[in-house]
Amino acid sequence: MSEYSGYDGNSLEFLKTNKISIGDSVKILADITYSGIIMPRYEHSDDKHIVLKLKSGYNIGLEISKIEEIEKIVSTEKIIEENEKIEKNEQLPNILLLSTGGTIASKIDYRTGAVTPVLTAEELNSSVPELAKIANIDAKVLFSEYSENIMPEHWLKIAEEVNQYSKSDYLGIIIAHGTDTMHYTSSYLSFSLAGFPIPIVLVGSQRSSDRASSDAALNLIGATKFLTECKTNGIYIAMHQDENDETIACHIGTRVRKNHTSKRGAFQTVGDDPAFLIVNNEIHNNMKTEFFTDKEFEPKIKINEKVALVKYHPGYDPSLLKHIIDSNYKAIIFEGTGLGHIGENMYSMVKMANEKGIFMGMTSQCIDGRVRMTVYESGRDLLDLGIIPLENMIPEIALVKAMWVTGNTENLDEIKEIMLNRIACEFSK
Amino acid sequence: MEEFSINNVGVKVGLEIHQQLATNKKLFCNCMPIESDEYSIKFQRKLRASKSELGEFDPAALFESTKSKTIMYYANHESSCLVEQDEEPPHELDEDARSIALIISSSLKSNIFSEIYPMRKTVIDGSNTTGFQRTMLISQGGFFNAGDMKIGIQSICLEEDAAKILGEEGSTRKFGLERLGVPLVEIATEPFEVELTKIKKIALSLGRILRSTKQVKRGLGSIRQDVNVSIKEGGGVVIEVKGVQQLDQLEKVVEYEAKRQHGLLKISKKIQENNWNFSKNDKKDITELFSKCESKIIQSAIKKNHKIIAISFKNMGGIFGFSPYEGIRLGREVAELVRFFGIGGVFHSDELPNYGIEESDLKDLKKILEIKENDAFLILASPEEKINTIVDQIVLRIEHIKDHGIPIDTRLATQAGETKFLRPRPGAARMYPETDIPPIIITKEELSEAEKNIPKSWDDSIKELESKYKINPQLAEQIFDSRYIGLFEKIIKEINTNPTFVASILCSSITNLERSGLDSNLLKNKEIMKSFQLLESGKIAKESIEIVFGNIMAGKSKTIEEALKNTSIQSVNEDDLEKIIKEVVEKNEDIIKNQKERAIGPLMGIAMKKLRGKASGEIINNLLLKNIKKKIKNLE
Repeated sequence: MSEYSGYDGNSLEFLKTNKISIGDSVKILADITYSGIIMPRYEHSDDKHIVLKLKSGYNIGLEISKIEEIEKIVSTEKIIEENEKIEKNEQLPNILLLSTGGTIASKIDYRTGAVTPVLTAEELNSSVPELAKIANIDAKVLFSEYSENIMPEHWLKIAEEVNQYSKSDYLGIIIAHGTDTMHYTSSYLSFSLAGFPIPIVLVGSQRSSDRASSDAALNLIGATKFLTECKTNGIYIAMHQDENDETIACHIGTRVRKNHTSKRGAFQTVGDDPAFLIVNNEIHNNMKTEFFTDKEFEPKIKINEKVALVKYHPGYDPSLLKHIIDSNYKAIIFEGTGLGHIGENMYSMVKMANEKGIFMGMTSQCIDGRVRMTVYESGRDLLDLGIIPLENMIPEIALVKAMWVTGNTENLDEIKEIMLNRIACEFSK
Repeated sequence: MEEFSINNVGVKVGLEIHQQLATNKKLFCNCMPIESDEYSIKFQRKLRASKSELGEFDPAALFESTKSKTIMYYANHESSCLVEQDEEPPHELDEDARSIALIISSSLKSNIFSEIYPMRKTVIDGSNTTGFQRTMLISQGGFFNAGDMKIGIQSICLEEDAAKILGEEGSTRKFGLERLGVPLVEIATEPFEVELTKIKKIALSLGRILRSTKQVKRGLGSIRQDVNVSIKEGGGVVIEVKGVQQLDQLEKVVEYEAKRQHGLLKISKKIQENNWNFSKNDKKDITELFSKCESKIIQSAIKKNHKIIAISFKNMGGIFGFSPYEGIRLGREVAELVRFFGIGGVFHSDELPNYGIEESDLKDLKKILEIKENDAFLILASPEEKINTIVDQIVLRIEHIKDHGIPIDTRLATQAGETKFLRPRPGAARMYPETDIPPIIITKEELSEAEKNIPKSWDDSIKELESKYKINPQLAEQIFDSRYIGLFEKIIKEINTNPTFVASILCSSITNLERSGLDSNLLKNKEIMKSFQLLESGKIAKESIEIVFGNIMAGKSKTIEEALKNTSIQSVNEDDLEKIIKEVVEKNEDIIKNQKERAIGPLMGIAMKKLRGKASGEIINNLLLKNIKKKIKNLE
């Protein structure tokens, strides 16, 4: 944090003239006398106020023009945090915790006044002392990004990092991640690291860990318990089952979606119960098949970002599709209506895409359920135009899979074949 | 034992008034604060202590977290949404609450900040689903007059009310969410030194200033007062006493608390003289040793697999029972602390042998603990996982009393006008910026709008009531200070009736019934309104009102209609009944023409609308049928 974080113009001038910086204890004479600590200021604020933390702990903005006198009392009461080192217990299994950011690792950001992902993996670990009783946790920060800033390049980074540990003595790996795009990352890992020998769990939180009511601690505890006791492999997402601080649901990383903007229990396995439930010390297993169809671990960490996800709707302008075709996209995943349809007005563009050799897959905006394109005439037309029905794959997962597949091969027949090859539970049979 | 005299200690008092605002919605969402005990939603949470902005843990929060409670929340869709459940971020700050808070600050001449930062005040006893209370400091400074006293204002905050506690069972605490998030204004006065008898007047004056805005809630639980007490020799320690229920209690609570503080200083001196220091070896597990002790408390603890611990205190013989003033003892301080961890039994050397603990048990104990004649000891039983924390807390408290005097607590006023330990007093570390809400900017326009809306003084308000409704000054004061002022004005506006009569029913009659032990909360405003309507239309007599209210307040009926039936007050006489029925028949001639005798169906509905609760359905039906038949004959 800089000496004058967030201050500029008049307020910065004011602090500099009076030789006051953030963290200083001051006494201010204005309408009445105030004493407190100068706090950082948010970037979106004006330059007419300074922020003071009063002795009562309240923050207030004082107008500079009203200040008659400001006096430094004690120099710089440092805003620092110390973390205790946690001793390892040889009896316990080892687990790796990779942090990528998100609410789970967030606390206040003085740039904006909102929360930002800045907690280190170490801090995260030490803020949940229960973890040390279940496993020895090695923590590492990969990067600190919000969900929406996580790009395919980050997926590659995570996959490559994780890949290094395929032969380590870690019992499993936890990845702390923002929740909004967590299921994209979990599916990319599922495909690119198919067959990975140890379990990987992505964990997020819906309430930042700087709050007493944060769901982060229980999600982390649940994930750790799961790793130590599940005796399987695969890529999962562990979050609250519902609004209670009781059950943690562990979802298959390719069958899960965030279905609520803010609830703790936002993540749901589409069309089925969660793969595992962790209730207190018990783990309930609901897995119906092996996670990976092919047991052999063979990492294929490649990607092609030129894949479009097109959500069809009444009034969709077919020329948008033309733009995608002209921009040399390798694959288009449709989020069609119902059983997997798009309007007749799209046909000529679809035909054009097909002729250009672009892979086209159909999923449904119903989210839950299988596409079935032989029931109605229009579906049969689309099949003739080269669109491949993608079973009950979730649209976003189909997108990630297509990015991964087209990153590994350019052969259309191979792309079609792999898209319909069940690799990591991404669709059910 | 000395007699305590308040005049010798020099006590400073500060008041903290928490007043709910009458916005009819919550501070950060649109839910209405409707009281109800029907809960369709239930969920379970755990709260954890989190670090403050400066990287520290708050002592009160840490203390709460050592108790590790599971919290059950109960809610319904009428009075709460996902915001109260902490399942959705807060919405915008309610405009009404914001403007009322500014008006209150203006009328107390307090300096309003032009940039206000919503904060999170850590509260992890479960009364807030988030683990914090949203609060913002609106203004500082200012004053008001209470008679000839000028009382300074320290701060005015706008904040959320907490959830209502429903009960506690073992390690589970239950809360209802209907009150959570209701806007509150918290006003803290500067400390003042006055005769104890004047404290009530000060609190009353402040309350009246708030009520003068006519935008604050009335009735039970809508205003709460905490009182801060410090004594001259206390070294600046201010003890916050929460939950003073009635203004009449203030004086007693302040006196008790001053006595306790002064007593503690004497106890502190005594501990210092005894030259006591705690060492780790002073604590021993005596579960095995006491396995044959016949004390019921000890035996039941052993049955539950609890641990029994004894702590010895070298040279401290007599310290737990030492009573510098009546009722003030170190033993009691320890017992209060321990009770707070949900542990029933703690015994100290000055009260033993007793409670089934025999001289023989103590003999073995003394040998093991190497307790000599002038040593003291404590025995306590608790579940194993808690016991070390509890022992630490006890030792910390006694060490604090020895080294620093009065421990810095938040305390709770009891019914008897005493105070008991609630939790350590939270510090500045409990505050964290509310990152979900941007700072609130108060414009010059808003300030001048608030200035313009400063309400009339209480005296002027009373005069206005007097002249507007032609009621005497005493009644005007009574009705203004009561929770019924809004209802009173509504009744007079909607029903043409005598204001003095209405005011005296609302003040004296209801108060009389309350004095006889009945509960006025059972009598809803809607029912009071209805009763005056019935009275106006001549359906009930004046004399009946008190009887009917009494019936409802005794919990025997819920509505006026029910009460009329239950008290067998003849609501409609036979002639009137006949008249009403005839009217129904005349007005609905067409239906009878078309449907003949089957017209009884629709007409019964119409008649019942007018007569429900005033006559039995059977009588109405018979009379109606008779009149319909007559009508059919006439029509033929």
